[in-house]
Amino acid sequence: MSEIALTAVQPGETVRVNAFTASLELQSRLVEMGILPGVNIRLIKSAPFKGPVELKIRGYHVSLRWNDAQHILVTGK
Amino acid sequence: MSNSQPYVALMGNPNSGKTAIFNLLTGLNQKVSNYPGITVEQRLGTADLSEGKTTQILDLPGTYSLTPESLDEKIVASQVVEWMQGKNKPAAIISVVDAANLSRNLYLTTQLLDLNIPVILALNMMDRVKKRKQEIDLENLKSMLGVTAVIPMSAKQHWGIEALQESLREVSAKNSHSSKTPLQLYIPEKIENILEPISKFFEEYIAYPPNLAKTQALRIITRKSALEVYEPHLSPSRIEQLIALRDEAVEHIDASAVNHRILEARLRYELIDRELQSYHLEKVENPHIESRSEKVDKILTHRIWGPLIFIGLLYGIFQSIFTWASLPMDWIDLGIGLVGDAVITAMPPGIFRDLIVEGVVAGVGSILIFLPQILILMFFMTLLEDSGYMARVAFMMDAVMSKVGLHGKSVLPLMSGYACAIPGIMATRTIDNWKERLITILILPLMSCSARLPVYTLMIGAFIPQKTIGGIFNLQGIIMVCMYFLGTITALIIAAVISRFIENRGKSSFVMELPPYRIPLATSLFRQLFIRGKLFVVNAGKIIMAISIVLWFLASFPKMEDQSSLHIQDSYAGKIGQFIEPAIAPLGFDWKIGIGLITSFAAREVVVSTLATLYNVENEGDDVLGITQALKRDIDPVSGKPRYTPLVALSIMVFYVYAAQCMATFAIVRNETNSWKWPLFMMIYMTALAYFGSLLVYQGGQIMGLS
Repeated sequence: MSEIALTAVQPGETVRVNAFTASLELQSRLVEMGILPGVNIRLIKSAPFKGPVELKIRGYHVSLRWNDAQHILVTGK
Repeated sequence: MSNSQPYVALMGNPNSGKTAIFNLLTGLNQKVSNYPGITVEQRLGTADLSEGKTTQILDLPGTYSLTPESLDEKIVASQVVEWMQGKNKPAAIISVVDAANLSRNLYLTTQLLDLNIPVILALNMMDRVKKRKQEIDLENLKSMLGVTAVIPMSAKQHWGIEALQESLREVSAKNSHSSKTPLQLYIPEKIENILEPISKFFEEYIAYPPNLAKTQALRIITRKSALEVYEPHLSPSRIEQLIALRDEAVEHIDASAVNHRILEARLRYELIDRELQSYHLEKVENPHIESRSEKVDKILTHRIWGPLIFIGLLYGIFQSIFTWASLPMDWIDLGIGLVGDAVITAMPPGIFRDLIVEGVVAGVGSILIFLPQILILMFFMTLLEDSGYMARVAFMMDAVMSKVGLHGKSVLPLMSGYACAIPGIMATRTIDNWKERLITILILPLMSCSARLPVYTLMIGAFIPQKTIGGIFNLQGIIMVCMYFLGTITALIIAAVISRFIENRGKSSFVMELPPYRIPLATSLFRQLFIRGKLFVVNAGKIIMAISIVLWFLASFPKMEDQSSLHIQDSYAGKIGQFIEPAIAPLGFDWKIGIGLITSFAAREVVVSTLATLYNVENEGDDVLGITQALKRDIDPVSGKPRYTPLVALSIMVFYVYAAQCMATFAIVRNETNSWKWPLFMMIYMTALAYFGSLLVYQGGQIMGLS
């Protein structure tokens, strides 16, 4: 499967985190919350007008801003 | 904590139910104070452990890790660095963990296990685990982590707290020793070798034991900010040495194709996931089964229904603020009046009595009168926050709010500003990011609060004709709505402008957990209300009392022999009004309005009673009607025309939309930002807006031939 940005994932899909682009300032925060390369995440929904995206990971829900989610590279399953 | 009394630290992730446990342990025996220099609450309480024993509990802010990125985390990390050096070490740490979300919650716990302090694991929210018909093998969990005790509990259902108390009793009697050594982080040899110069540094200069030295070395490699918390503990040259060692190690690590910025998290999660699996504690969850919260969210954060439901809720909340608060506000008003009367009968007439009645009692009254609105709003805010709905509002609104430098969570506090800025400003505490919170606070007083309403009502009623426009719209109503719009739109513009100039303290992030919906704990809710209410009355009260006394002095001196109600114009306040008349004349204001502007610094609605006094309106009966006639009849002696025209009224209203005239607001901004800088900045920018806004309206109106 090819690598895409998390923002390109359709709601309801489960994908696997591959890498972060280097410019993502948030990566230390994300990894501390368990969003690491190799982990499965499910995109629950995205808010309108490039609002935040809601993810399910390790059994909990978290939201990220669209601009940050863009820097998370994933592969489909 | 600077006292040397033995205590227990309470730590955990946000949303783990830490505060609820703290409240259950300590009841109302808590002291809430702000950490020096910032407004993160520090809570210290005394827990009754029964059998005649008590212990101090320090509630630390909720964090996901010990890396000092956000304000809350910095507090926790600095505290922990002190402990590691043996200063003020707690007798034990209660690590509160959400049992339904184990792996992520254990991240912080494994960091705490490095500290060589006994850890009690409070496995909270077991009710949710049971509901899902899952089980957690407590013995396995205990031996996996090597903690002192694992206490299954549910703060929501009030069970497990006795076991926690018992475990605390044992710890304070120092007769509980974990049989196993705590779970240790596995660091691959290759990385350990790179870390070695830093671990040696820690062992040598801070006397860390080897294991702690290693994990600390790993942390400062992962995050440079972790190094900053060492600054108070090492000399500048040692810090430089440490920075040099770190930079070198980072280079080595990156050279071996490992991302140093996620190193600690990767190693810890590898450890947690592996251990959970080998102890059969990992719960396999079918990702396709929808939880109850997910089902509820299908509607509550729906693209169309979500915002509509939110608006409906807001409407309901404001409706209840106005309706429920009016009765207790009347009682408080009545009570203050009775106290004033009692003082008048009890004391001999004189300046001192006037000071007590008109300065102190009236000043305290002006703050107490806000209390019902504040408590009602705080009640709803806490309810929405604790139920998990607030996070959803932030999720829905963030796209719009972040465009002007605000946060999704700014929406509710800003809306509360329509009722009263004070509870709104207090409610901004839910915004984690300092910059976004500060901007929200700074623009909040531009939302037209209920104290502007009497001013709008007076001016519109007296000078805006009752005309119908377009068949259905009432001109008076339109002007009223325009005033609200003017404030709101300006607030958003100001936010966009100042967000470019305010430097960010801590990174702005919107990694926000959306916790499962839950019904808030009533006791916890009311306790929080009580504590917040007390905090407001005491802190803001002191400042307001001081300003009231100054204002009373200005309005009452110099004392006239003749005690007529007109003497205000000869007082210092009156003199100031006449003095500033040339400055405010271009806005269409005379010196009487000038006095009103000064006295309404106490609170905006005071302008109505000031004008009533100036026009010598009988205070009994209907104030507003009397003053409406008086204003209409006032003739300018020079031109022979009425002094007040619709244009002057409009200019006054625009002034009141923008002007910073509420000392309670300044008091609370001073409290919340912990400096006079921001209330001062607020006063300056709002006064400038008010002056130039009115100038534009009055002069522009005259050029356009309006009157």
